[in-house]
Amino acid sequence: MKPLHAKLMRDLWRIKAQAMAIMVVIGIGVALQIMMSGFVASLTQTRDAYYERHQLADIFAPVVRAPNYVLGRLTEISGIRTVETRISSIASINLAGQDSPISARLLSLPLNGRRHLNEVRLSDGRFPNVQRPEEVMLLESFASAHQIVPGDRIEVTLNGSRRQFDVVGTAQSPEFIYFAAPGELIPDDARFAVIWMGRPALAAAMNLEGAFNEVLVSLLRGANKNAVLDRLDQELESFGTPGAFGLEDFSSDRFLSEEISGLAVTASTVPPVFMAVAAFLLYIVTSRMVRSEREEIGLIKAFGYSDTEVASHYLQLVLIIAVMGAALGCLLGVSLGRAMVPIYTTYYKLPFLIFRLEVASFVSGMLISISVASLGGFLALKGIFRLTPAEAMRPPTPPDFSKSISFQGALIRRLDQPTRMVLRRILRQPWRMLGAIIGISAGMALSLAMLIIYDGFDEAIDQTFNVIDRSDATVSFVSNAPQKVLYELGRLSGVEHVEPVRFVPVVFRNGVRSYKGTITGLGPEPVLNRALDSDLKPISLPKEGIVLSTPLADILSVSIGDDLTLEIREGQQPHVVTRVAGIADSLLGSPAFMDLTSLSRQIRTPGHLSGAFISVEDGWQSSVYAALKDMPAVAGISQRTEAERAFQKVMDQGAGSARFIMGFMAFAITFGIVYNVARVAQDESARDLASLRVMGFSHAEAVFVLLGELAVVTLIAIPIGLSLGTSFSHIIAAGFSTDLYQIPVVFAPKAYGSSIAVVVFATAFSGWLVQRGIRRTDITLALKSRE
Amino acid sequence: MANDAAISPKLAFEVEKLTKTYGEGRSAVHALRGADLEVGDGEIVVLLGPSGSGKSTLLNILGGLDRATSGSVLFKSQNLTEMNDRELTLYRRRHVGFVFQFYNLMPSLTARENVELVTEIAENPITAEEALSLVGLTKRIDHFPAQLSGGEQQRVAIARAIAKQPDVLFCDEPTGALDSTTGRAVLRVLQDVNEALGTTVLIITHAAATAAMADRVIHFADGQINKVELNEVRASAEEIHW
Ligand SMILES: Nc1ncnc2c1ncn2[C@@H]1O[C@H](COP(=O)(O)OP(=O)(O)OP(=O)(O)O)[C@@H](O)[C@H]1O
Ligand SMILES: [Mg+2]
Repeated sequence: MKPLHAKLMRDLWRIKAQAMAIMVVIGIGVALQIMMSGFVASLTQTRDAYYERHQLADIFAPVVRAPNYVLGRLTEISGIRTVETRISSIASINLAGQDSPISARLLSLPLNGRRHLNEVRLSDGRFPNVQRPEEVMLLESFASAHQIVPGDRIEVTLNGSRRQFDVVGTAQSPEFIYFAAPGELIPDDARFAVIWMGRPALAAAMNLEGAFNEVLVSLLRGANKNAVLDRLDQELESFGTPGAFGLEDFSSDRFLSEEISGLAVTASTVPPVFMAVAAFLLYIVTSRMVRSEREEIGLIKAFGYSDTEVASHYLQLVLIIAVMGAALGCLLGVSLGRAMVPIYTTYYKLPFLIFRLEVASFVSGMLISISVASLGGFLALKGIFRLTPAEAMRPPTPPDFSKSISFQGALIRRLDQPTRMVLRRILRQPWRMLGAIIGISAGMALSLAMLIIYDGFDEAIDQTFNVIDRSDATVSFVSNAPQKVLYELGRLSGVEHVEPVRFVPVVFRNGVRSYKGTITGLGPEPVLNRALDSDLKPISLPKEGIVLSTPLADILSVSIGDDLTLEIREGQQPHVVTRVAGIADSLLGSPAFMDLTSLSRQIRTPGHLSGAFISVEDGWQSSVYAALKDMPAVAGISQRTEAERAFQKVMDQGAGSARFIMGFMAFAITFGIVYNVARVAQDESARDLASLRVMGFSHAEAVFVLLGELAVVTLIAIPIGLSLGTSFSHIIAAGFSTDLYQIPVVFAPKAYGSSIAVVVFATAFSGWLVQRGIRRTDITLALKSRE
Repeated sequence: MANDAAISPKLAFEVEKLTKTYGEGRSAVHALRGADLEVGDGEIVVLLGPSGSGKSTLLNILGGLDRATSGSVLFKSQNLTEMNDRELTLYRRRHVGFVFQFYNLMPSLTARENVELVTEIAENPITAEEALSLVGLTKRIDHFPAQLSGGEQQRVAIARAIAKQPDVLFCDEPTGALDSTTGRAVLRVLQDVNEALGTTVLIITHAAATAAMADRVIHFADGQINKVELNEVRASAEEIHW
């Protein structure tokens, strides 16, 4: 082995602990990037592959009732590849032990076994026999949430009558990857059901023999989607269509896309913050590592090695660490990604998910580590190359302490020698200290930001379910019930408060910007479910105009006083122009609020209600829910506790789940940085410490010089870390916020306290490791040479 | 190759009005204040002088490790003071062997590897084993500097300097840490190299007796050359006592 290679290997071995700490820090930065971008890529590709394999329709067109012969006309529309019809309906499942009925989608399975659109994927059991009207198939996620298995029987209220069905199989479908029950924002497996059954039986039950009520269309490549949508609307107009819509407006796909794009935002905002911190540390450590080799560099140059040869030797050293760190990160990122696959497949109802390594993020992680390490090494080398070999080789000139004038005073003489050394070391090398301070504060900032984010998630839940919505349950009515149902609800014993609500599907339009959403019509001065402003004060809904939530106003790019077009997708489907009268704060969804009376007048169907918010006296819950279950006008009940649980699940298992890994990574980075700073200081002062020991100072006094410096650096870093962490938390909160929910940055004294504790602990532990290292080195060895 | 200064009047070094100042203003240290000097090719030169008189500074400049503040240094008609960094590097690589006052071994390399660090880039080196056996260190060849005594480290440094068979050998107190027997052995090695290869050898020492083995003895005081003595007859290393 060539001597320089031997030196390289032994130097690496000598600094192994520190090298490992650097690799961990840079590795985590890279791992996070790879894991997050991998999720985005994997989910996107899996979704696309799943859609394609199961031929998910590009367009959905509901109608009230259209005879089968209409299909022939539809096939002639240009741009269409396949068009199929089916029967779709709503039913409710009555499960034993459930307080309230659960509403379910009923879908017809096609007659023959040929390939068709929206194919379902058998999970367990078998497909229903089309000749047997009592055989059905159940959505797998719902079945497993209620432990229903093939062979079980379920009771369904279908078109007003109760019927028993045999569950012969369970299935997954690309149509229902991610779905919330009607009128609910948050997906909840236990509360969203799909029943597939033979078309003849369903047609008979729904009085739709020889007819259909939904059209599915797949498009030819390059077809003009809008043109097809328009043609479909024309063809189906006389059959009562509320309008055909594309897959992107279909709830499951929209939810999933929002989750993926939320994850993409997280992936592109949060990992860079981590990576920047890791890169900064890498820079500091590599430059200091090279600088500490000044004498060796001078010596090698004295022998006639050229600058290039010397530089390549030292760059190899730092690059090995950088590249190994990045490679380690890649490995870690992929393993973490793989480990999370089961969570994602269960959560997103995907039949498979192959974790993909995003080459671009691997390459960028590698490049960042390599260039940062090279830069650190290179700049340090440049400084040393400016010296002649004679200057570089000279044993470190005793620093010129005469420049620290302020230390000549009387005060200084009262301090003992070790304390003076600590202070002088710090004041002599302010730039080096600054690097250490920024490094530690950046590491601390990451931990703090993650702790603030944890509180933000809790706050989002608390605000949504305890401040904005204070009801105990949301009752949804069978298609637009009359006003009098409210009084019936109010008369139930145990019900304290009843407030009406009307949900109206709508397309908001402001010029080219549009959003398919829902208007929530609320009664006058509601107390249970309210629109709140940014100070969480209730907004009283004006008699005219609409109040938009902040995210919706952003999507549509409107502010108070602007006009907005509402394309109502219900009843006569009028288009209405209204004024934005206020902006409400919302952490969940993108709601819009209107006064109920004004909304009903606008859509010309006064008196109709979609549901009600109720509050129930303690102890009366089960009797109230039992009574509601028997009311014909009641389609479903969503209890707040269940909704809150579902929301918590979305945040803990969906895009938000990465926060737990990130939190852990932030702590690891914080520790890695503090340990590195301590180690570098130890290396740099090894000789001083050994001299002190030789002169008769105790181990404790010698260690004090080193740890005193570390303590001062940490103390200065803490306030900087607190403010830097607050800034980071804004970036990270924005990264975690999706179209579905917003993560607020809350002032969290506990998070601040905990982050200080993390840094102090990391400092104490690093200090302990370092002093143990010093105790182990033989003082005579340290005097003879560096090691 | 000639090993006799009388037959070969060629000069290895011609130094004129060399000055070296460290620092500036009031804290400036004038390490060299206009030194003039000639060194014949193939000579053994001994530099004597009190501590701080500028010996190491002169050696560093002649060896291409440091730059003069003013004056000129000719090495066989090449002007060192006008060379750029790259040329100085090549000069050190091709012509110069060094024994430093503080040994300066690479702590993470063994004795053998410390020597190989230099032979690796030399044009006509002897092997590290040969060089180390010349200084009597065959047994400790795979030890690290931290495992060697001061004198042993010094001998590794000498082996390292002679292994490349340089044109000029600069030795800053090569026997400072050695007992007289080992010291004589080391001087013997230097004399052998000088005689066998015609290497010019410059030795800084505090042991005035060493002067007996030199062709030329240069006395230093306060950054200037006081006196140059030329010896007609050189003593052999074995005759030197201190
Ligand atoms: N880097 C430097 N900065 C300032 N002054 C220096 C520096 N290096 C050497 N000197 C000064 O230059 C003068 C000559 O130093 P030099 O090392 O050449 O002495 P020397 O003759 O080799 O002494 P010794 O026998 O003690 O090794 C001394 O006064 C020394 O203090
Ligand atoms: Mg000297």
